Amino acid sequence: MSQDKQEKTATLQLRDKTYTVPAGLRIREAIRRIGLTPESYLAVRDGELVPDDERLRAGEVIRLIAVISGG
Amino acid sequence: MRRCKKCGAPAVIYMRQHRLGLCKTHFLEWFVEQTERTIRRYRMFTREEKVLVAVSGGKDSLSVWDVLVRLGYQADGLYIALGIDGGIGYSAASQRLSEKFAAERGLTLHIVDIPGEYGLGVPELARRSRRGKGKPCSVCGLVKRHEMNRIAHDMGYDVLVTGHNLDDEVAVLFGNVLQWQMGYIVRQGPVLPAEPGLARKAKPLVRFYERETAAYALLRGIEYIYDECPFAQGAKSIYYKELLNRLEEDRPGAKLQFYINFLKAKEEGWFRDPRAEDGPVRVVLHRCESCGQPTTAPGKCAFCRLMDQVGARPTTAEA
Repeated sequence: MSQDKQEKTATLQLRDKTYTVPAGLRIREAIRRIGLTPESYLAVRDGELVPDDERLRAGEVIRLIAVISGG
Repeated sequence: MRRCKKCGAPAVIYMRQHRLGLCKTHFLEWFVEQTERTIRRYRMFTREEKVLVAVSGGKDSLSVWDVLVRLGYQADGLYIALGIDGGIGYSAASQRLSEKFAAERGLTLHIVDIPGEYGLGVPELARRSRRGKGKPCSVCGLVKRHEMNRIAHDMGYDVLVTGHNLDDEVAVLFGNVLQWQMGYIVRQGPVLPAEPGLARKAKPLVRFYERETAAYALLRGIEYIYDECPFAQGAKSIYYKELLNRLEEDRPGAKLQFYINFLKAKEEGWFRDPRAEDGPVRVVLHRCESCGQPTTAPGKCAFCRLMDQVGARPTTAEA
């Protein structure tokens, strides 16, 4: 990814998948943009849990934790 | 930046249904306090009673065990090894995490090994039986319920605790309402009283959303099995949870209200047996002629019928 693009985007990581999303969005909105339901995920920034109304910083990676289990 | 409502430090979670943001310290504290309130509110059990926690290695069951021990309850664990591999060694990994959790805290964990006990694991039991049609979830539920009850009864526990959270309960309620399964609807609740041969069951995490139980496990540093059961893919309960989370997304608090108002309606007596003058709808229970556990129909219980059908027999007398 070019330096310029990295400055304007952030990455959401869910298991072995990654999604590039615009920086500046709230995490909740970014999760919606990749077609998932924010209520079903927790967001982790630098190993720390963060509320999903935080805004995405350029170049950062947010790890998503799926919370639904069952069967 | 969202701040903790109690101390003003950066929040780690915001719970929209409560309009409450909390930092790590205050979320962990809140979670434990709320669990205690739920235990008292529904008169689940006391500190004098012996509690058996059904542990799966997942976030909910390990979290509830962790909280009960912190609150000073006499809580032992029960792990049921179901013999599910699914190419990822699912049961083995779940058991290892449950054992690690217990060992690190010096807790007692009973283990029932289904393949060792009955000669066949759950996938094989499902394959050989007509139940489930290739999906072992129904057989799995049946085996777990039977064995949890057997161990709780045989080992003299007063109450059997499971890690069911509000999302689990709401998904079940939603599914039952779609079918108007009154027999099931009326039996659903945070605590099911003991009946002859049937241990009392309690769900202390029943007022927490699933994302809160996951947050608790994460923040407490509990190592839990993150992989889904290989057979859970496409399960109806997961589909309902997703649907309900989409509803929650647009209407924060919808899941909580659905459940709490259901309990309120039940308490107010809206669910009554049309055949009885008073009292809630009740299922008449019989004693299984083979294992002695209660069953809804006379004769053998569903578990013993399953074992007969597949030709499985207990290989040991003791758990």
